Amino acid sequence: MYQYDQYDQRLVDERVAQFRSQTRRFLQGELSEDQFRPLRLMNGLYLQRHAPMLRVAIPYGVLSSRQLHKLAEIARRYDKSVAHFTTRQNIQFNWPRLEDVPDILAELATVQMHAIQTSGNCIRNVTSDPLAGVCPDEIEDPRPYCEIIRQWSTLHPEFSYLPRKFKIAVSGARKDRAATQVHDIGLQMVENETGETGFEVLVGGGLGRTPIIGQTIRPFLAKTDLLSYLEAILRVYNRFGRRDNKYKARIKILLKETGIEDFTRRVEAEWVQIRQRLVLDTGEIERVKRHFTAPDYKTVAGPGPDAQAAADPRFAVWLRNNTTPHKIPGYRAVFLSLKACGVPPGDIADTQLDAVADLAERYSFGEVRATHTQNLVFADVHQDDLHELWQRLDSIGLATPNIGKATDMICCPGLDYCSLANASSISVAEDIYSRIDDLDYLHDLGDLRINISGCMNGCAHQSVGHIGILGVDKKGEEWYQLTLGGSSSNDASLGERLGPAIDKAHVAEAVETILQTYIELRQDGESFLDTVRRLGINPFQERVYAHH
Amino acid sequence: MPIIKDGAIVTDTWHHLADDEPVSAAPCTVSLARWKREKSELAAHGGALGLRLSGDDRVEDFAGELDQFPLVVVEFPSMGDGRGFSIARLLRERYDYRGELRARGAFIPDQVFYLRRVGFNAFEFTYDANLQTALPLLNEFSVTYQAAADEPLPLYRRCAR
Ligand code: HEM
Ligand code: SF4
Repeated sequence: MYQYDQYDQRLVDERVAQFRSQTRRFLQGELSEDQFRPLRLMNGLYLQRHAPMLRVAIPYGVLSSRQLHKLAEIARRYDKSVAHFTTRQNIQFNWPRLEDVPDILAELATVQMHAIQTSGNCIRNVTSDPLAGVCPDEIEDPRPYCEIIRQWSTLHPEFSYLPRKFKIAVSGARKDRAATQVHDIGLQMVENETGETGFEVLVGGGLGRTPIIGQTIRPFLAKTDLLSYLEAILRVYNRFGRRDNKYKARIKILLKETGIEDFTRRVEAEWVQIRQRLVLDTGEIERVKRHFTAPDYKTVAGPGPDAQAAADPRFAVWLRNNTTPHKIPGYRAVFLSLKACGVPPGDIADTQLDAVADLAERYSFGEVRATHTQNLVFADVHQDDLHELWQRLDSIGLATPNIGKATDMICCPGLDYCSLANASSISVAEDIYSRIDDLDYLHDLGDLRINISGCMNGCAHQSVGHIGILGVDKKGEEWYQLTLGGSSSNDASLGERLGPAIDKAHVAEAVETILQTYIELRQDGESFLDTVRRLGINPFQERVYAHH
Repeated sequence: MPIIKDGAIVTDTWHHLADDEPVSAAPCTVSLARWKREKSELAAHGGALGLRLSGDDRVEDFAGELDQFPLVVVEFPSMGDGRGFSIARLLRERYDYRGELRARGAFIPDQVFYLRRVGFNAFEFTYDANLQTALPLLNEFSVTYQAAADEPLPLYRRCAR
């Protein structure tokens, strides 16, 4: 993974000093609440329902064991011994004290971590494929480009006071696991006719209040043009994006109001002017690439896990659901589920963080990745270690065999922590969980993405869930709006509204009815999403609202 | 009122004329709208004339005439309105403006590092800001990854990494 050099380290150290001074001036009354807000947000600090919340960046999801140990220590010392993995490959602490935040940032800087631009109207932490560098369907490893974008966007002098937040995702594989179509900019690595790899550039995707799928404005961008093109897009946005209404301030609205042709023309006109001045030279690409070389893979394959799987059905289920193929024969990528029953999705205890760090050291070259579905990945596990690793994960509650299944829900904190919430998303998730928590049933349901957000800000991406659940307020009561058929993968689409909102007591039951309907209507091996796409929402609607 | 200019606290000698205020012989700035309307009268006034821009003004439309202004002021109605950052880079990097480029408005001392990087060399707070606090913040970071108005090359071209 990327290792800081003296410049990277000096920058994060100076950032800590800066925030220490800003916090002091705020507490002394020299900075007003309004002046301090954007400064703290650009360091990931929100003031929430109960306490501040600190969002720490995990650039493109990659963490070392040493960093995990540090996060565990922070959770213990400054939080209630818990941390929370988010949908954008960040980690959050929900209970730090404002006065302690400069110290926390200083602790993070000792392990090459920071909270820079994890919030605020600036370019946010760049996200990517959690299987980058190891998946068999990769065109090119996206991580070096993510790191290059991270550095370019860090303290960008021109683009730190944008109309609204700005999110960039990069995918290097054929299957999009980075949700590039629902980001402000999505970069999808592609190969052109001459076999050269570059980027397809999508703009204007986004979730939140007005979910929109991004559109391609350039089918092929050479790698050396990456930064100049990003700069051109950002400049057009910074100059012309709306600032009169924060709900219309995202680039997706500018794109919609300008029209894609006109918008693209403006970007290309800007780009022509700066293209020669801001070349990403191949020397720099090569330098960063050297940080992402393959680990020391074993070449001899042992017996593999088949015999152990045959002897142990629990292991067999886990192996099937929680591990995926690797580009190196004899290796697999292993998902650690943060979706155990009774635990808020994405939450992890300090002791688990420490244990994960040790296991990563032992079984996966000391590296862990965070996924946008709020789980973790050991990217490089040898097949002969799988059974042992499974036993150890099982003993710390991280081997729930539900990756990509109905109980692997994405869920926002809702009323438990968030001051904007209409609904207690976590308890709804638990209710649904308890109804489908049967392994055979779960397996029978196949691939399913259920996403639950506590309000229309859509932190949990409900609009691209196969089943989306959105908390709405009706005269002070919690109601839930269901959508079906969304996706954030290559076939990205927004879910369609099932019908009137459902009261809290009946949401889980409605989800159960939807799943039952699917089982009855599916045709040989058809997935939930395909069934909804073939039949539309009518049959589901009829069943769910039959008794209402 | 004191302002920061070229890294020092100095007394400002300019007067910012409202659009309906009569022109005097002292150095003064006018809005782009007024300048467009009263070009010839203003040119005849004899004293130094500066131009004030707002975020809505399109630099492209008057770039050819920039030379005649010893001062261009970019207005920041709030600290969050970042359009002025792009305007400054365009003025310096694309249109090669060499005169005084001043940020004026409700921005805060913690933004002067960014403002300096995009090309501003003068800073006028329109409220009672602490200039002593702001001064060292001009060079708050010793590391800059990007090329900008202050630095033609990105870090990777400037330093062996
Ligand atoms: C703790 C309280 C939280 C608050 C107050 C909060 C606030 C918000 C707001 C206001 C938006 C809408 C912004 C917009 O549409 O421009 C938003 C969107 C979002 N939030 Fe949160 N959030 C919170 C927690 C979280 C958590 C825990 C996660 C991850 C699990 C998260 C991930 C996201 C994502 C991915 C979006 C959608 C971004 C998009 O439009 O593409 N947020 N959040
Ligand atoms: S979706 Fe709404 S309720 Fe949930 S975390 Fe985001 S802002 Fe809060």
